[in-house]
Amino acid sequence: MADEATQRAAIVAAARAVADRLEAEKSHLTDLDSAIGDADHGSNLARGFRAAADAVEDEEESSPQELVKKIGVTLISKVGGAAGPLYGGSIMSASQTLEDGLTAETSVDFAEAYLEKVKDRGGAQLGAKTMVDALTPAVHTYKKSIEVDELPPLTALAKATAAAERGVEFTVPLRAQKGRASFLGWRSVGHQDPGATSTWFIMQELLDVADDYLEGDTDVDARSPTIPDETPDEVDES
Amino acid sequence: MIGLVVVSHSQKAADGICELAAEMGGEAPLEAAGGDDGEIGTNADLIGEAIAAADDGEGVVVLVDLGSAVMNAELAIEITDANARIADAPVLEGALNAAVEAASTKSTLESVLEKAEDAREYRKR
Repeated sequence: MADEATQRAAIVAAARAVADRLEAEKSHLTDLDSAIGDADHGSNLARGFRAAADAVEDEEESSPQELVKKIGVTLISKVGGAAGPLYGGSIMSASQTLEDGLTAETSVDFAEAYLEKVKDRGGAQLGAKTMVDALTPAVHTYKKSIEVDELPPLTALAKATAAAERGVEFTVPLRAQKGRASFLGWRSVGHQDPGATSTWFIMQELLDVADDYLEGDTDVDARSPTIPDETPDEVDES
Repeated sequence: MIGLVVVSHSQKAADGICELAAEMGGEAPLEAAGGDDGEIGTNADLIGEAIAAADDGEGVVVLVDLGSAVMNAELAIEITDANARIADAPVLEGALNAAVEAASTKSTLESVLEKAEDAREYRKR
C-alpha cells in the first residue's frame, strides 16, 4: 500500500483530472442532456468538480478519507439538482470505507458502497437508463477482477472502465424510467444517458491518474481471461 | 413548535406556498428552500439551512415538490442534527394541512406529518 502522502497526491491529482475532463466535455454532456434532460448536466458537474478540486488542493494535513469526503461535501453544495446528491452524497457516504486509506481491498468496498448509495438515493435499478447502467458493470468487473482473478488494481480499474463504456452504450436503446428523461417516454429511446456518460468519463480520468501511481496492464477489456469454475463462494457477498 | 420547510425547484413557488401556509394562522416556523442564486433547482445545503432555521428542537416536517427535491431533502436530513421528516404529500396542499396542525399546541412531529400526508387524498373533481 502506498504511503499516505502518495495517496493524498493521487486523490488531489484525480480530482483535478476529473475537473479538467468535465470542463472539456461540458458542451458534449450538455448536448446529451438537452436531448432528454434539462441541459444543465455539463455545466453543473464541471463547476462542482472544479470547486472540489480546489477544495482539496492545499489540504496537506487531511487523511485520504477526509479528502474524499471533502470532495463529496463540496459537490453537494456546488452541484444543484439530482447530480449533487447522486455524485456528491454518494462519494461522501462511501468515503466511510476508506478509514484505513486506499488499498485494493478498500477500493472495492468504496466502489460497492458508492453503487449502493446511488441506487438507494435515486431508486434506479439496472436498465432504467441511468448512471447505474454504467456503474453496475464497472463495479462488478472491478470487484471480480480483484477478488477472484487477483489482478493488480490498475488492471482491474482498466477492465472496469471498459465495462462502464459498455454500460454507456447499453443506455442508448433503453427507455428512460427515472428523472426528467422518463417524462419523454418512448422518445427517450435512442439517446445516450448523460449521467452514465459522465460516470464513464470520471472513471477514465481515475484510470489515467492511477496509471501514474500503480503498475499493471491498461490495455485490457471487460472480458474475463478465465473460465469460471463451479464453486460460487470465492467472492464475499456481504 | 414543529417547524415546516417547503422545498421547490422554484424559490418563488416555495416562498408563495409559505405565504399561503402562513395564512392558516399558526405561528409555526416556516422556511422556504429553492434553487441556488434564484436558479431553478434544489440544493441540499440550502435545505439544511432552512431545516436548521425552522427547528426549535421539536422537529421539522419537510414538504417537497419532485425529483431532485426529494433526494436533496433526504441528504439534508442525513446531514442535519435536527429531527426532520419528509412528508409523502403534494407540496402545496400538504404544507397548508401541516400549517393548520402545527398551529395546535398539542401537535407533534407525527401528527403534523400525518396531516400533511392526508393531503394525498384531496380530489379536485
